[in-house]
Amino acid sequence: MDKLRIWRGPGLAWLGLAPFFLFAFAFMLLPAASILTGSFQDAAGALTLANFGHLLRPDILDSYWVTIKVSATTALLGGFLGFLIAYAISLGGLPKPLRAFMSTFSGVASNFAGVPLAFAFIATLGRVGLVTVLLRSVFGIELYDSGFNLYSFWGLTLAYTYFQIPLMVLIILPALDGMKKEWREASENLGASALQYWLHVGIPVLLPAILASLILLFGNAFGAYATAYALTGGLINLVPILIGAQIRGNVLHDAQLGYALAFGMVIVMAVTLLAYSWLQKLSSRWVK
Amino acid sequence: MSDAKPIRKAFSWIWLAIGLLYFFIPLLATFLFSLRGKKGALSFVAYGHVFADPQFLKTFGFSLGMAACTVVAGLALIVPTAIWVYLKLPKAKPVIELLTLMPFVIPPIILAFGLIRTYSRPPFAWISSPAILVAGYVVISFPYIYKAVDAGLRSMDLRGLTEAAQSLGAGWPTLLFKVILPNLRTALLSALFLTFAIVVGELTLAVLLAWPAFGPYMALMGRNLAYEPAALAILSFGLTWGAIALMQALGEKH
Repeated sequence: MDKLRIWRGPGLAWLGLAPFFLFAFAFMLLPAASILTGSFQDAAGALTLANFGHLLRPDILDSYWVTIKVSATTALLGGFLGFLIAYAISLGGLPKPLRAFMSTFSGVASNFAGVPLAFAFIATLGRVGLVTVLLRSVFGIELYDSGFNLYSFWGLTLAYTYFQIPLMVLIILPALDGMKKEWREASENLGASALQYWLHVGIPVLLPAILASLILLFGNAFGAYATAYALTGGLINLVPILIGAQIRGNVLHDAQLGYALAFGMVIVMAVTLLAYSWLQKLSSRWVK
Repeated sequence: MSDAKPIRKAFSWIWLAIGLLYFFIPLLATFLFSLRGKKGALSFVAYGHVFADPQFLKTFGFSLGMAACTVVAGLALIVPTAIWVYLKLPKAKPVIELLTLMPFVIPPIILAFGLIRTYSRPPFAWISSPAILVAGYVVISFPYIYKAVDAGLRSMDLRGLTEAAQSLGAGWPTLLFKVILPNLRTALLSALFLTFAIVVGELTLAVLLAWPAFGPYMALMGRNLAYEPAALAILSFGLTWGAIALMQALGEKH
């Protein structure tokens, strides 16, 4: 045990974490910080606030608005369906094995993002996709005449929802598992209706966890690049796509604008994380 | 109330069915689409084209290589760190946890941008080295690797094992390689499969750092061809599904 004690010095023990800290600093924190400092510099490296002026350009504001709209819509849609599915497999009285199956399944589906997901939606809702053709031949509905376009807002939203639903199932399941049967029994014994149970017990207990999950889904969609890139070929006016365009050095190339855009994204993500951890703390009062 | 009411049960089935339809219709559509390579008949000709394309094997091989490097580097970095925190410095746990969760706040697009800015000029002009790509992948895999390793450490009595081994005269290398790592086997394998599944199809870092990886290859195919991309999507979904099923199977054995 003496050998151990030598290492128990307060400073020396931290030294064991040096490789990890160095790596995280060099390849995560430093690059992220360089984006923040870059957004306060002009092309020559002098201090300036001018980059943020770009953020007020109508097309840039529009890209933030579209990104927020897509992220919020997919968070709500995916959150709603994901919650109901999680409820169905945890408290809904379905056979037990279904639950294990669905949670593994959700693990797979939430990782099915990016290029393959884009291809799957082209095969489903593209101009010659399965659902598009079925709607036409069976119901006589011309999807693309009704204003739908896979390569714009609703197409992207439906594609993102594909990975948002299973993600919601994964993160809300622990909270639903924490809902004690006794609460429901107690309220029923006291003569409460199902509605009263939900209004006075279920929703107040679950609300922080639901909000935290929705925020996580929002952040997940806000930073997503691969699916949008593969689906629209970089043509949709989305913040991650715009940042990518500034880096890739095509005709739009403007590093300063890129920094300002990235700065905006980091702020959104940081607020997202703070709100998430605060709500998590609230919900962990109940869910142990 | 021991059983859920029938009406609640019925609704449960309905929501489950909607979820499964949302999941399976695109997959079915993709699969059918991938069989349409030959006019007028269903065939696997698109898969044949995919495997016959030398670029497929080249980019897939490249991404597999990158994934292998990521797994080795990521495990070498995180496993000793996590063990160290458990044994020596429990109060550092929140810091490590926060750092390994950071990639959720720094999306790959931001990470790529930052890596380019930091490592494209002297004194650290390393951006053209694949090591930077691997470093970025290790960062992206932080949450998954740490979560798996942490779960593995939590499920064994690390302190007890360590004290037992040391009182029998085992040194640090024996302790690590003969006691701790064998007990972590399941956790390490699950970290490995998940990292592989994520890195092999990754697009953002690969495309922005300009590497001939599998993700950018798939995206390029998507622009030029119709049925082969669907075949690629099915193959890549099979890869993810296989990796996670393997992980699950290994997890249940213990």
